[in-house]
Amino acid sequence: MKRYSGFSLLKNALSYHENWQKVWRNPTPKKDYDVVIVGGGGHGLATAYYLAKVHGITNVAVVEKGYLGGGNTARNTTIIRSNYLWDEAAQLYELSLKLWEGLSQELNYNVMFSQRGVLNLGHNLQDMRDIERRVNANRLNGIDGEVVTPQRIKEIAPLINISPESRYPILGASWQPRGGTARHDAVAWGYARGADALGVDMIQQTEVTGIRRAGGAVVGVETSNGFIGARKVACVTAGNSGVVAAMAGLRLPIESRPLQALVSEPIKPCLDTVVMSNAVHGYISQSDKGDLVIGAGVDSYNGYGQRGSFHVVEHTVQAICELFPAFSRVSMNRQWGGIVDTCPDACPIISKTSVEGLYFNCGWGTGGFKATPGSGYVFADTVANDRPHALAEAFNLDRFNTGALIDEHGAAGVAH
Amino acid sequence: MLLIYCPNCLEHREEEEFSYGGEAHIARPLNPETLSDTQWADYLFFRKNPRGIHHEMWYHATGCRRYFNATRNTVTYEILETYQVGTQPQITGTDA
Repeated sequence: MKRYSGFSLLKNALSYHENWQKVWRNPTPKKDYDVVIVGGGGHGLATAYYLAKVHGITNVAVVEKGYLGGGNTARNTTIIRSNYLWDEAAQLYELSLKLWEGLSQELNYNVMFSQRGVLNLGHNLQDMRDIERRVNANRLNGIDGEVVTPQRIKEIAPLINISPESRYPILGASWQPRGGTARHDAVAWGYARGADALGVDMIQQTEVTGIRRAGGAVVGVETSNGFIGARKVACVTAGNSGVVAAMAGLRLPIESRPLQALVSEPIKPCLDTVVMSNAVHGYISQSDKGDLVIGAGVDSYNGYGQRGSFHVVEHTVQAICELFPAFSRVSMNRQWGGIVDTCPDACPIISKTSVEGLYFNCGWGTGGFKATPGSGYVFADTVANDRPHALAEAFNLDRFNTGALIDEHGAAGVAH
Repeated sequence: MLLIYCPNCLEHREEEEFSYGGEAHIARPLNPETLSDTQWADYLFFRKNPRGIHHEMWYHATGCRRYFNATRNTVTYEILETYQVGTQPQITGTDA
């Protein structure tokens, strides 16, 4: 892999940028791999990268039915934070945030990680009590956070409406300065490039149609381009996790639902932080290109259609206009939906299964993007050593039988 | 937005009048105390979540305020039928 640098930019400029090395190869699948990763989104690619980098397992293929990073990785609103309430979740997301902080250097790829801070607004007394509790829990876990007043919120985001006369007045917020955003595509591409350089094969346009087993253990995957042998199969397929699990005769406590987002026309810089609100249900940031990136709520019904109902979007835009009256005349450019795998406790499943050599990383629901590096890191460790990583242990599939759920609906509710 | 035919009100109404009730035809176990943890978890948390035909409950919150069942395709979102709780669907299968 040729490293990107100022010098390489200059050198390639001299040849009119026509000689850049391909970012990854496009190999023909081998007959057998040590590990086949099903799903080439951010989490799958991060898993492949850490398998090769940390555990030295390079005989790995990532099998993707579309193109790399073309599912929810391309559809989310790119918010990154780690201010989760419970120890188990907070530690997992904090590991992720720490990896984000060095990711561009680690991958030699600019993921445009911008620690512009995240505000979670409170609009009533109960919101504020929850926020105080969560911030205190965060600080005990070594995660930055503070409770801020409406005046401080106004300083951070001057366009916001903190009038006590508004329908749902802002009473305060939690503020995590280390939170922020990153460039969604770059994360997938950066991990893919890094993994490819270490020898991992990216098999695109190849859909997994079955999981072949022999004597209770995995032996490979059936795909639209034929059988690929594998000692271990790691599934990271977000909204389609239930479908993939069914191929191995497993059930997951997951329901797949549409989650929508939209972006406005590009406007001049006016919002240099991330603002989210559980109560009025909206969240917003501004991309480097100038678009306002707005996330809606999850649709109520199960679906795989990558689109949702309009009234959900309408409700969110109402909330945004209430928070930022100045945005009421901004035109929206595009709107889309992705299929999220929601879990009963709003926490992921990172687990071995009853089938030997078969692993699942799913259930990230509405907030998986922020966890991409940490998810890949602990999942790679789990797959490589055939036992849960210390931070993944609590997120096993068996917790739904034992009742040891990790209820993160409060911190995950709207926050993506 | 879905346009849903309520089998009680006997007309098509907009989705905003309804709330989603999840998978239909799940019978509450009659003797919960005799179930294993796995069986109880299955009842509480594990759903079919199919890609294709899905039988599900809807609640007509601003209409008759009653639950009914619907058969819906989870890929196209097309509602193929709605029917009363306690009756069986006409359309079955799993094809997307």
